[in-house]
Amino acid sequence: MRLTTATAIAALTLGAFGAQAQDKTVKIGNLNDMSSLYADIGGPGSTLAAQMAAEDSGLVAKGWKIEVIGGDHQNKPDVGGSIARQWYDVDNVDLIVDTPNSGVALAVSQITKDKNRVFLNSGAASSDLTGKACSPNTIHWTYDTYALANTTGKAVVKAGGDSWFFLTSDYAFGHALERDTEAVVLASGGKVAGKVRHPLNTPDFSSFLLQAQTSKAKIIGLANAGGDTTNSIKQASEFGIASGGQQLAALLLFVNDVHALGLNVAQGLTFTESFYWDLNEQTRGFSDRFAKRSKGGAKPSMVQAGTYSAVLHYLKALEALGGNPKDGAKVVAKMKEMPTDDPIFGKGTIRQDGRKIHPVYLFEVKKPAESKGPWDYYKLKATVPADEAFRPMKDGGCPLVKG
Amino acid sequence: MFGIPTQALFSQLLLGLINGSFYAMLSLGLAVIFGMLNIVNFAHGALYMMGAFVAWFLLNWFGVNYWGALVLAPLVVGALGVVIERTMLQRLAGLDHLYGLLLTFGLALIIQGGFQNVYGSSGQPYAIPPQLTGGQNLGFMFLPNYRAWVVVFSLTVCLATWFAIEKTSLGAKLRAATENPTLVRAFGINVPLMITLTYGFGVALAGLAGVLSAPINQVRPLMGADLIIVVFSVVVIGGMGSIMVSIVTGFALGICEGLTKVFYPEASNIVIFVIMAVVLLIKPAGLFGRAA
Repeated sequence: MRLTTATAIAALTLGAFGAQAQDKTVKIGNLNDMSSLYADIGGPGSTLAAQMAAEDSGLVAKGWKIEVIGGDHQNKPDVGGSIARQWYDVDNVDLIVDTPNSGVALAVSQITKDKNRVFLNSGAASSDLTGKACSPNTIHWTYDTYALANTTGKAVVKAGGDSWFFLTSDYAFGHALERDTEAVVLASGGKVAGKVRHPLNTPDFSSFLLQAQTSKAKIIGLANAGGDTTNSIKQASEFGIASGGQQLAALLLFVNDVHALGLNVAQGLTFTESFYWDLNEQTRGFSDRFAKRSKGGAKPSMVQAGTYSAVLHYLKALEALGGNPKDGAKVVAKMKEMPTDDPIFGKGTIRQDGRKIHPVYLFEVKKPAESKGPWDYYKLKATVPADEAFRPMKDGGCPLVKG
Repeated sequence: MFGIPTQALFSQLLLGLINGSFYAMLSLGLAVIFGMLNIVNFAHGALYMMGAFVAWFLLNWFGVNYWGALVLAPLVVGALGVVIERTMLQRLAGLDHLYGLLLTFGLALIIQGGFQNVYGSSGQPYAIPPQLTGGQNLGFMFLPNYRAWVVVFSLTVCLATWFAIEKTSLGAKLRAATENPTLVRAFGINVPLMITLTYGFGVALAGLAGVLSAPINQVRPLMGADLIIVVFSVVVIGGMGSIMVSIVTGFALGICEGLTKVFYPEASNIVIFVIMAVVLLIKPAGLFGRAA
């Protein structure tokens, strides 16, 4: 009799655990800059991308319940951190996606690890996310400062731009981008003539541009992003930087930036991205569907497209696990085990250090005469294969990488 | 010996002057409004942004160029100011400053939010008018023609405003109406109308500054929000309510900020606040302000 009772209890307990493993609810939080200089690059568009991934996963039809919410971190690590904590502790969010601004991203990555959830970063750039700050709960999805530096930096030095002056956004992202680019420039035989660090969200760059002008460097490397980059480029053209024989290298430029600048000002810039809406049939298909639902019919940025790809793969992993195990490290391990395949990046893989790899592209902004209309902005100059685009795993210093 | 540093110094002084001209025009509008209406107009930044957007609308929807916008945009923004004053601010007359501040701050959030919802945050391009492209090589720096125009034009506007308020009979009536509205009304002067027009004029100045800045910056919904806090500090440093003081402080602080960008660029966005804190500690009424 006692034995049967014990068996019954065991069976019940197992049953309860079994049911938990079959939990088919998922809550996804897009933690983003919803209102400031990065809001067009990520922002509400990333919430839309995550929603589209949830719809396209086909899981809803199979009885899953997927909810996507959004939050505004205002580019402040403390604000982002407290939203992340609230989402994890109170709102039962399983996954935080996108999160541009490396400062916020590094904070959220740490919190995600402590709470054992999942963080799929698309928008932040710092290569430290898969380097010394890597985590078993974080995957860095779309691009990073190393890939940008390695592609644009190399190409520019090769084309004769061997002396550089950096205009750097003064926080984690700018510092990482400057560091990685400087390393590439020096390794390719170039030199760095000087650098100046400007506060995030600076309206007037004329003073910094003038300092760059006096440095006589051939290349002015813009280690900034979003509104800061567009303002630097616009004001550089006003101050006649190009006619003085100096060239701009926009180390991070998004399609929305080019759209905002207009081709007259942006033409001829070379830069690196891992996604452009007009690359192939798949990217065009996704982008058309996206633009039908986005604000002002905007095409997806690399960051938004990456968010879609990341959420899609996450949901595939959950399906393969047969339910939501509510164990972040376990889900991420499963994601790394499975090869990725989606309309955004094609086939790819996720490395042990949390780096998602796929090809990256060197683009040039078209001349106004070459463009067929709004959003037709890029010419493909070169493709860097996935295994060469990102930092070799052994050089990152990630403690997760063994051997 | 001082060759290169002097060059750098001159050019940064000049750039500071250019930025200062925006501070001057905006803080002038604030000072006029505060002086006449006793209202801390937090919507000033949003109306500055609207000035830039009206210029953009005029160009893209109606084909009106920069010069047309320079006249029309301030009128449009000023008219909106008149509506705001008549329908909302007027009801707050005689109440604590805090009410006006809250109302205008709320208005600013609504206007900015509305524009952001439609136009996003990256903004719209606005080209420099063809007559003012290019620039002059001054020896120590390359000065874009457009920036030179900004300094000259805004200085003219500032001085004209000062003259109108301090030296004309209309200005005298305005100042009298601020001191003692009941008495001035007894002379048969329509004081409420005067106050409405003053508010309209103050925000028209903001709209004008917006048009001036459109070709330099992107036309962005948040362009005013980024600037307005700095402009308020300028007003606080100078002392609220005086017109000449706000002009001078605007230019002077532009120069301070410009110099910081050379010596310690990382601090360039806080230097004005540091100055404000120091001034408030030493002279709470502002550098040139009279203690209440």
